[in-house]
Amino acid sequence: MIDNLPYIAVGLFVGLGVYTLMYKKNLIKIAIGVCLIENGVNLFLITLGYRKGAIAPIYTMAPSGQSMVLPTPQALTLTSIVIGIATTALILSVAMMIYKHYGTLDTDEVRRLRG
Amino acid sequence: MNEMSKIVRTVANFVYGFIIIFGFYIIVHGHLTPGGGFQGGAVAASAFALILVSYGTINSQKFLKKDILSLFESFGLTLFILLAFSGLGITFFYNFLANSGNWFGNTAVIGINPGDMNTGGLIPLMNIAVGLEVLSALGVIVLIMAKAAEFTKKKENS
Amino acid sequence: MKKIIFAIAFLIFFSFLMFSAINMRSFGDPVISEMDDYFIENAQKETGSNNVVTSIVFDYRGFDTLGEATVLFTAVVGIVALFRGVK
Repeated sequence: MIDNLPYIAVGLFVGLGVYTLMYKKNLIKIAIGVCLIENGVNLFLITLGYRKGAIAPIYTMAPSGQSMVLPTPQALTLTSIVIGIATTALILSVAMMIYKHYGTLDTDEVRRLRG
Repeated sequence: MNEMSKIVRTVANFVYGFIIIFGFYIIVHGHLTPGGGFQGGAVAASAFALILVSYGTINSQKFLKKDILSLFESFGLTLFILLAFSGLGITFFYNFLANSGNWFGNTAVIGINPGDMNTGGLIPLMNIAVGLEVLSALGVIVLIMAKAAEFTKKKENS
Repeated sequence: MKKIIFAIAFLIFFSFLMFSAINMRSFGDPVISEMDDYFIENAQKETGSNNVVTSIVFDYRGFDTLGEATVLFTAVVGIVALFRGVK
């Protein structure tokens, strides 16, 4: 069981993110919860493609005679990180405009639409 | 936000050039060492955040203008799409400059070698286009959110 | 009443995550790797670059990079439109 420590860490990330989304009422804490879930999924993608005792998949000045790690999950994770940046920036901007319009950031008070 | 003290401003003046050059080094050597367009663009955009924090919001708008950064971002994305359409004789995104002897066209030595910068085909040009786009996009996001933070502040009752 | 339902649902979800993390296959042993072996063998001959990850991102799967650049551009357009009235 101690060999699967990266997978247990991914489970803790996603569990903490879902707990923050369910139980907290401040809008900034909800944005932190979304960011935690996205980082957990990126970590899971990278740890799927590891070979024991292998080096990075680059041929420039590499030590000879060793196998290489799988390169495809690393390419998918690059795209996923940039999409996480776009999501976090937009959710924080919407939170700033809600604070300007309503005067508070509590989700129990911003339930009714005001003209 | 207000500007910081004289020591912080002097060090930021000195370090700003080194961060930009390091970011461009990571972008251009993307086909030989770990890095590429996205990573180098993110490193170079942190230099804009350094100028914004150490000089304040009002003073840094004389130096970093939003219109020029927005123009660079559109130019980078258009260049990437034009490079993708240029090999349309065979297929979309075809690398027609690799192993051909023209610009960026040397043949790479198979196996472990110290890298030759003249190889790679269409990949270094695509790296420069995407790096320019990511640099400008992150700079525009940071500048607009800093200016809007003054606008959305609640007035304190005296 | 609502708090009890929330607590039971969260406990079921978290125990499912931990159970599947413990019974995953062992760390460091990919079972199916034929596509990545082809990429490691032939990336230097066909594209001419030493970096296999960059040649996957820009040459073998360049269409995903086009989609990602469009998502970043759309996010910046959305933020500029949201703060349009700020002087």
